[in-house]
Amino acid sequence: MDGSQASEDKTLLRFLTCGSVDDGKSTLIGRLLYDSKLIYEDQLAAITRDSAKYGTTGEDIDLALLVDGLEAERQQGITIDVAYRFFTTPRRSFIVADTPGHEQYTRNMATGASSADLAVILIDARKGVLIQTKRHSYICSLLGIRHIVLAVNKIDLMGFDPAVYERIVADYMTFGDKLNFASITPIPLSAKMGDNVTRRSDHMGWYKGPTLVEHLEEVDVETDAVSKPFRFPVQWVNRPNLDFRGFSGTVASGIVKPGDKIAVAASGKTSTVARIVTADGDLAEARAGDAVTLTLADEVDIARGDVLAPTTARPDVADQFAAHVLWMAEEALLPGRPYLMKIGASYVPVKVTALKHKIDIDTLDHFAAKTLTLNEIGFCNLSASNPVAFDAYDDNRETGAFILIDRYTNATVGAGMISFALRRSANIHRQDLLVSRAEREELSGHKPVVLWFTGLSGSGKSTIANLVERELHDRGIRSFLLDGDNVRHGLNRDLGFTDEDRVENIRRVGEVSKLFVEAGLVVLTSFISPFRAERRMARELFADGEFLEVFVDTPIEDCIARDPKGLYAKAQRGEIANFTGITSPYEEPENAEIVIKTAELDAAAAAERVLEALQARGVI
Amino acid sequence: MTAAFLAPASERQPLSDHLKRLQSESIEIIREVAAAFDNPVMLYSIGKDSGVMLHLAAKAFYPGKIPFPLLHVDTTWKFADMIRHRDTIAAKYGVDLRIYTNEDGVKRGINPIASGSSLHTQVMKTEALKQALDLYGFDAAFGGARRDEEKSRAKERIFSFRSEGHVWDPRNQRPELWRLYNTRINKGETIRVFPLSNWTELDIWEYTRAEAIPIVPLYLAKPRPVVHRDGMLIMRDDDRMPLKPGEVEEQRWVRFRSLGCYPLSAAVESEAETLDDIIAEMRASRTSERQGRLIDVDESASMEKKKKEGYF
Repeated sequence: MDGSQASEDKTLLRFLTCGSVDDGKSTLIGRLLYDSKLIYEDQLAAITRDSAKYGTTGEDIDLALLVDGLEAERQQGITIDVAYRFFTTPRRSFIVADTPGHEQYTRNMATGASSADLAVILIDARKGVLIQTKRHSYICSLLGIRHIVLAVNKIDLMGFDPAVYERIVADYMTFGDKLNFASITPIPLSAKMGDNVTRRSDHMGWYKGPTLVEHLEEVDVETDAVSKPFRFPVQWVNRPNLDFRGFSGTVASGIVKPGDKIAVAASGKTSTVARIVTADGDLAEARAGDAVTLTLADEVDIARGDVLAPTTARPDVADQFAAHVLWMAEEALLPGRPYLMKIGASYVPVKVTALKHKIDIDTLDHFAAKTLTLNEIGFCNLSASNPVAFDAYDDNRETGAFILIDRYTNATVGAGMISFALRRSANIHRQDLLVSRAEREELSGHKPVVLWFTGLSGSGKSTIANLVERELHDRGIRSFLLDGDNVRHGLNRDLGFTDEDRVENIRRVGEVSKLFVEAGLVVLTSFISPFRAERRMARELFADGEFLEVFVDTPIEDCIARDPKGLYAKAQRGEIANFTGITSPYEEPENAEIVIKTAELDAAAAAERVLEALQARGVI
Repeated sequence: MTAAFLAPASERQPLSDHLKRLQSESIEIIREVAAAFDNPVMLYSIGKDSGVMLHLAAKAFYPGKIPFPLLHVDTTWKFADMIRHRDTIAAKYGVDLRIYTNEDGVKRGINPIASGSSLHTQVMKTEALKQALDLYGFDAAFGGARRDEEKSRAKERIFSFRSEGHVWDPRNQRPELWRLYNTRINKGETIRVFPLSNWTELDIWEYTRAEAIPIVPLYLAKPRPVVHRDGMLIMRDDDRMPLKPGEVEEQRWVRFRSLGCYPLSAAVESEAETLDDIIAEMRASRTSERQGRLIDVDESASMEKKKKEGYF
């Protein structure tokens, strides 16, 4: 290899290395960089120094130190994050994602896999195929990697024995064959010694296949992105002046030329491509991967997030779909909780409506589950707040992938791969009602609202809500009080007090409240509703001004002292699991419309405060 | 029709597929930031990487203008050539250039010679940058860092999350899958964005040559007055840098692979007078560009430390 070649007009291969701890991934990449002469003298001097300090190879230079970048890793001798490395040979340029083998860092492996065309799965010849090997293979397959290299490493420590190698390969194939890879190429090697990495081994005359680098240079991973239908997610509307209106983005797949008929996926509006504009002049065509700006022949309403596609080969557009989700956060995925989905250039609120099954990535078995925890993979139905354009991930990685974002922390918590649209969403349409909402309001003579009481158990929510409703009723206002305990005797009898059941409890109460509000009533709800995310979910069912959050703010000590139902005493004795304020959190509202501090007001004065707020808002 | 900021066609060369791929990837990142953030800014260090990044930004929004300002954090110790270059470039690309200096640091007399490289960098670069970001309320800042530069940078995300106070926690970075960048942040949080993450030093030079992007003349070799100091060749750019006993200024054919504050940027001996020469020299090179950066040599983990403190 000669690292000093120009990178001009070479193809690019993005691959990742994965395997268990100590299989030698970092050493292998260090070897590739070292042998391709991409290690500079000063970097070599630094690792020679560090080898003495942290190294695990005695007198030799520890090549893993070249790539284990973060100080914490060098001290612990483990890789804790994805590192990207570059090397080039006369035939190809390579971007390598070095991903960690620790179980808890599966999400990093998925990250590396999401942009890779090939995976090098390392196996320690002394240990053979491990659970982690299977796990990583499955993730590669799920993320759409088509080509696998099975690198049987440390073969030198097994005396270069072909029987060991053959046994490991056979063992792997029983599992790997089920994963639909286009190719699985086993190679016996020693990353530490360099055997069969860039240099053919002198010790394995029995192996006739290519060295790792020969294979990486030759393997055909030509993605067929160009041959797929044209997809163009609009990133940016370029409007420098009244005479120019362009739509900037990167061609996700296919080819586009001036004169092509295109449709805006979500709206169905159509037009013709007029120009393909770049700073270097107009192009005759743009292909998958090209960042360009399109202008159209007609004035069509297009915004960031829209997807342009040929009129004859449009993506699916649906608000409900099934997808595999890989969960990447400490806090579990809860069905019913709203998340933000990013797909293409658009953000859409989305909920998991059903977790169909969880996948045991060691056996590929399916089993029932209520939540997904860190590093778990499930198959889910999702419901988006408005329709999104997509293709199945198997057909198009660019337009079938999404990430899920926590709505409070904004952390990236999940990665998804869409399987198909749920036809239900296409077949269920809303029935128009002959009596309008305004007519109902007119009949009742007041506006409908929800008064959403939230607070700790024993804070006085129900007492205050009851006093408010009594007064409303006496004033001739049609109302209904949904009380937590009562609802759990009927509608929500099937729900317990786990986090996921609490979310579903609130979802149902929110929907029932919405029906009552549509019927024209003032609805009072009295639920602990401890999580901000669910209160926000309920709020989002209503128009602005229709949802009034009433925070009954009572210090926990007072609630414990009152303890009207003896529940705190039980919880403190450990007889009730998941009790809010004791063993389960209460997230205080940040922007409640009405805050009642019960330390300062008695129940009657609190009810009066709520009624005043309703008057001030013109509800009554 | 081509953009006015491009050099005449006769001075440019067609881009290789490899450079085109890098160019498209970077343009996508730059557009995403402009679309998703309220108040982004592009950090402009006047160096070769900044030059490429600015050029890509201009291409990304053509025929429109770059929809965010440039920010140069001026330590007051840059080479005079760099400042001249900066001022011509802003006009060429028609961009809003803002310059920020940590005046408090100037008053305290912080400088790379008396205060040492580490304190100078902390106060005049890292602190200054944080002050400038806070002053203007920027919520996203582009930087020209590349993953091939240094070990801790190889692990950097393209969208690097900073919690309030510009803190970088390597253990708490968002997973970055596909090209679906999470641009959501809460108030006070910021994102540093590295559109050149996947470029190598050689890519930068080949692109600079193909696009005929103007560079600071210091990158090209010529005879310059230098002194030997701590095993490095340092150019006395002005008389603020006194000679130590025994030091003699001599004319040497040198150039710079990396530019920063002049007393902290070591020259390399070279006769590469053109971009072609530089590229030829690069291909034969056996040392990394950061070798000439005095701020990195204290300890091998020093870049990671500086990043945690908010350095780019």
